[in-house]
Amino acid sequence: MLSADIEYYRPATIKAATELFFSLKGENKRPVYYSGGTEILTLGRLDLIQPGALIDIKAIKECLVFEFDRNNLLTGAALPLTYIEDANLFPLLSATSMGIADHTARNKITLGGNLCGQIFYREAVLPFLLCDSVVTIAGQNGVESLPIGQIFNQTFQLAEGQFIIQIMTERRYVDLPFVSIKKRQQWETGYPLLTVAAIKVENQLRFAFSGLCPFPFRSKEMEDELNKAGLSLPERVKRAIGHIPGPVLHDVEGSSEYRLFVLENTLNEIIIELEGR
Amino acid sequence: MAASPPQKINVSLDVNGETRNVAIRPADTLLFILREYLGLTGAKPGCLNGDCGACSVMVDHTVYKSCIMLAVEAVGSKVTTIEGLKDSPIQHAFIENFAFQCGYCTPGFIMNCHALLKNHPQPTYEVIKEWLSSNICRCTCYEEIQEAVMSVIEKRE
Ligand SMILES: Cc1cc2nc3c(=O)[nH]c(=O)nc-3n(C[C@H](O)[C@H](O)[C@H](O)COP(=O)(O)OP(=O)(O)OC[C@H]3O[C@@H](n4cnc5c(N)ncnc54)[C@H](O)[C@@H]3O)c2cc1C
Ligand code: FES
Ligand code: FES
Repeated sequence: MLSADIEYYRPATIKAATELFFSLKGENKRPVYYSGGTEILTLGRLDLIQPGALIDIKAIKECLVFEFDRNNLLTGAALPLTYIEDANLFPLLSATSMGIADHTARNKITLGGNLCGQIFYREAVLPFLLCDSVVTIAGQNGVESLPIGQIFNQTFQLAEGQFIIQIMTERRYVDLPFVSIKKRQQWETGYPLLTVAAIKVENQLRFAFSGLCPFPFRSKEMEDELNKAGLSLPERVKRAIGHIPGPVLHDVEGSSEYRLFVLENTLNEIIIELEGR
Repeated sequence: MAASPPQKINVSLDVNGETRNVAIRPADTLLFILREYLGLTGAKPGCLNGDCGACSVMVDHTVYKSCIMLAVEAVGSKVTTIEGLKDSPIQHAFIENFAFQCGYCTPGFIMNCHALLKNHPQPTYEVIKEWLSSNICRCTCYEEIQEAVMSVIEKRE
């Protein structure tokens, strides 16, 4: 359980949330933004984190939008994953989200929590990496929007006191052909052995991965190899595997050799499916 | 903005249709308050990690695992625990279909099935499977639990 004297706040505006963060920090109260709270509660129970004050962002209306403006889909960071799935405005995001945890847990786990959590799979980031989405964040200097490629490198590179308000995805991306495949060690729920999401944009395939390395990623080098239509499929996959940007996980979910074997087959499967569409 | 002082705070929780005034710490999970302060021991502690579903309760129309929710988050909502269900079709169906052995997972499964049937009166097999995958039964009554859910749906048709 969390520390006995933790404080809880539920600000209604972005400004109130960031001001609160810095005033609590000034009092050495170790504030954290609290969204679904599932990771804060589970890691806090094991004493792996020791927050002193929780700033619940679920009353901030900008964090709860899920709608199209003219050219973009706006997805609020405090939305529970099942809300996103039920509304299904972005089918690739729904499909990837449905593989995370289990249905009841996803009633509580939020998009922003999954994107910014310490548990390193962060599977919900894959669709946004593929669609070059833009992330709107709030912090000490107000609100700014940055391309995901600039602010996400293994994790979101947020400065102290910054939090994600929402993510903007161009409308033209949300209905593109896609595949989202999650392979687990066993059963229907649980962490991934490997998750791959892919879309087809103007005849080029894009790929993003979770569960392969100790961080989720999209690799332009791998995509270049996988899109070399002049080469045989096995050759494309073999070359792409040479560009994996980090150590391949070797853990209780599966050995690195097994992960690479599953990766090879999954890439073959995805390319055959998407190139046929 | 609602700020809470570090020590206990007095809140009103609407649980099973009753208003319960209770002094809680902001760090207390809903599961802890239900069991230790409100005497409602139907929701069970299992993994305390969001994995097993033994602690499932409904908050408004949604089913949650009460070990990964703070009690303070339930203020202003209607909490329903297994003690709040009386003669519901799924309770009868669990008995008729022998959908339990030791019974430890049963309150959590029933709350999840109840929420499923409220939100999806005629769920597809895929929807049933997706929802029921949230709970674990160490006695492996999965088949009987699925039959219990199906029997409620069939009686509605
Ligand atoms: C039962 C279970 C199964 C799981 N299975 C999977 C899985 O299969 N795949 C997977 O990817 N993950 C899985 N997870 C991990 C889960 O997605 C993360 O732990 C996630 O952080 C939980 O989201 P939350 O909204 O509850 O986060 P919280 O606990 O609210 O926050 C987690 C962290 O993110 C920060 N944060 C939250 N929102 C924001 C924001 N808007 N801006 C900046 N920082 C923010 C918080 O300060 C905190 O540090 C699982 C978790 C559980 C409980
Ligand atoms: S005790 Fe809550 S999910 Fe296991
Ligand atoms: S009946 Fe024993 S755990 Fe389910």
